[in-house]
Amino acid sequence: MGGSYEYYRPATIDEAMALMEGSGGNGVYIAGGTDVMVLIRQKKLAPACLISLRNIGELAYLETGGGLTVGSAVTHDEIAKNAFIQRSYSALADATKKVGSLQIRNVATMGGNICNAAPSADTACPLLVLDASARIAGKGGERVVPLDEFFLGPNKVALEKGEILKGFAMPAFGEGTGSAYIKHTRREAMDLPMLGVAARVTIRVEGSEVGCRDAMCTIDTISNILKRFEDEGLVCEDARIAMGVVAPRPMRAKKAEEALKGKVISEKLLGEIGEIAASEAQPRDSIRGEAWYRRDMIQVLTGRAILRAVDRVIRPDDVIWPQRLW
Amino acid sequence: MKKEITFTLNNEKIMVEADPKWTLLYLLRDVLEMTGTKEGCGYGECGACTVIIDGKAVNSCLYPVMEAEGRNIVTIEGLMSRDGELDPLQKAFIDEGAVQCGFCIPGMIMSAKALLDGKKDPTDEDIKESIEGNLCRCTGYVKIIDAIKSVAGGR
Repeated sequence: MGGSYEYYRPATIDEAMALMEGSGGNGVYIAGGTDVMVLIRQKKLAPACLISLRNIGELAYLETGGGLTVGSAVTHDEIAKNAFIQRSYSALADATKKVGSLQIRNVATMGGNICNAAPSADTACPLLVLDASARIAGKGGERVVPLDEFFLGPNKVALEKGEILKGFAMPAFGEGTGSAYIKHTRREAMDLPMLGVAARVTIRVEGSEVGCRDAMCTIDTISNILKRFEDEGLVCEDARIAMGVVAPRPMRAKKAEEALKGKVISEKLLGEIGEIAASEAQPRDSIRGEAWYRRDMIQVLTGRAILRAVDRVIRPDDVIWPQRLW
Repeated sequence: MKKEITFTLNNEKIMVEADPKWTLLYLLRDVLEMTGTKEGCGYGECGACTVIIDGKAVNSCLYPVMEAEGRNIVTIEGLMSRDGELDPLQKAFIDEGAVQCGFCIPGMIMSAKALLDGKKDPTDEDIKESIEGNLCRCTGYVKIIDAIKSVAGGR
């Protein structure tokens, strides 16, 4: 085994920050450890000490009144299995349930996934479309940073040395809002995404309520449903689209969002939105996929993520169903 | 510098001296000489090292040993009863022919055990999810899933 280090288990944020200061900045915070322990074993990281965030109660909150706030030490599995998140913040449930394996999700935290800031971080795209902001504890107190400004580049986030990411806050979204995340991989489990796309939409139907209005609706294909709504105008009032693994950091497809807002959703429009999103992406060739393929798939998956988000508004009771086959 | 830690291992409270840089897997296999738990990849990819910590399946190769403090840990050695009777899951794996080379099996069984402890009647999807982090290169999983199902259904 490699070099020696101390291991601390503080019980409060202040204690943890004091330990980091005492280490002269040579300590490393560790939460679930599924990234840090691997880096140590690969000898890519040689900390003077590890400061564990696993036993800090202040980081383990999950509150659902008036929006959603999630502590950074909440594990992926807790988020994925939370019924409120599945229904109202579906994109986040989609992403957390697809990370690694159950053994990983039982310990890996969302704070760790975000602070590690891999361009492929699964929870990043959902948090971006859900307008999340990061709550950061530092010596001077707490500060709040919109998530879009939190990612600086691969493995680089807007945390000063010693600061601790406390958690995330997401606003409450009104009626007619749905979200989805699609992770594009070669295999079902234990894989990093070749691409990730998240979408959130708020929709309204001209002069009537959104929602499935007849029995056929629950078994109908989404394209048929869209066609039926088309005459009445299924209007996209608000939209967010985020893409992962297409740039050095997870990014919003802002031009595509603008092009979607205020329009009547149709399959033709979704094709155009996908093209715009693909033009905003800057994918690279890598071991998981080539740039041209990623760009093609961004176009496809953007439309699909939006459709899935729309579907969740129209047929909310189906959210808990196994994934549809499209 | 070694430190003392206390935790429950297979229903027995134990106190050991551990080096902070150890993983839980290292303590189990190389110090306590409980070699039922296997080391496959050492990176959290294969699940051969799966143990149950406070009711949840966890990769012990990524688990810092100091975090064991105060927790309840169960390994494959803890499934057999004191008089040598195998756990129903262990029996089912034998009866269904789910074991070939056997290297992944302790991890498989611990993942399945964590599932069945929390959910008496899991769906096929639940079973697949519970072992998605356990790689088997011999069997193709079908008989493993059959074995878990046979215990779940109480057949």
